[in-house]
Amino acid sequence: MALTKEHILLWLNRANEKIQEQKSYLTDLDQAIGDGDHGINISRGFAEAVKKTSSTDYDTISDLLKDWGMTLVSKVGGASGPLFGTALLKISMKWKGLEEIDYINLSAAIEEGLNGIVQRGHAGENQKTMVDVWAPVSRFMKEHDSFHADDFKTVVKEAMEATKAMKAEKGRAAYLNDRSIGFIDPGSATSYYLLTALAEVIEEEGVSL
Amino acid sequence: MSNVGIVIVSHSDLIASGLKELVTQAVRGGVRIEAAGGTENGDIGTSLDKIMEAVQAVHSDKGVLILFDLGSALMNAEMAVELLGLEHVEIADAPLIEGGYVAAVEASMGKTLPEVREAAEKVRNEKKRG
Repeated sequence: MALTKEHILLWLNRANEKIQEQKSYLTDLDQAIGDGDHGINISRGFAEAVKKTSSTDYDTISDLLKDWGMTLVSKVGGASGPLFGTALLKISMKWKGLEEIDYINLSAAIEEGLNGIVQRGHAGENQKTMVDVWAPVSRFMKEHDSFHADDFKTVVKEAMEATKAMKAEKGRAAYLNDRSIGFIDPGSATSYYLLTALAEVIEEEGVSL
Repeated sequence: MSNVGIVIVSHSDLIASGLKELVTQAVRGGVRIEAAGGTENGDIGTSLDKIMEAVQAVHSDKGVLILFDLGSALMNAEMAVELLGLEHVEIADAPLIEGGYVAAVEASMGKTLPEVREAAEKVRNEKKRG
């Protein structure tokens, strides 16, 4: 059994749990190099997305993701709303008409999410943004033909940690120049929680990908 | 015969409405101008919904020029343009106040959207002090 609508809902809820747990940490990261509201914003957005999706019946996976994405856009504020929202909307479009998601479609979705983020934020790699998590993860997915949860989680974690040494070239943090070095990028940290949540759900639910 | 509509996007509701007021006075009602500042709750930030509503409010076949202040304002503006799918809606890469002012004046003279946009974007290269 591949990824179903129920798994996606579990994914959203797991991601939300992690983000709520780490809300102060995410805020601290953003206080160090941003304007200090990332944790508050993203946790509000995810909480609203959980609320919206738990009270709606969706015909398709695509519809569920669309609501998730649009809720983030309206409720997160800051740059993360449009960025995470666009990633999820792109995934929603990629998965239109699909009832189950197999490995190839999951891999394609991560790539589409990355493309959405790049189009929306105009960032490239090594600029200390969430692209620095999504790009390596997308490459990893394309290099394999089945899902390896442990390796996947390692790739995500290492990608996030690699942002620590980078100098910010995008967003508010870019104004700090070299002073932005030595802190993990907040959007990368949130991406780590989001993607790790996906791997955990796949593992725990025994999804075969 | 309508003119190009103007939408002012700012992280601050006060900035956007203040600029709208300033500019409206300059063109004396000849141009449809909407402010889309702050989040849904009026906090600092920008709102996709506010921007979409503002664009729809001033849209005509003459088109709409959107001006924005910082970072995520642009992202939300671009998203608004994509989701609305209306023709002739453009975003100016211009200083908010000076660009907004010039855009409104040009629009009130019946200029086209490309002309209004160009005028707004040229502002960056002009000195403010003689």
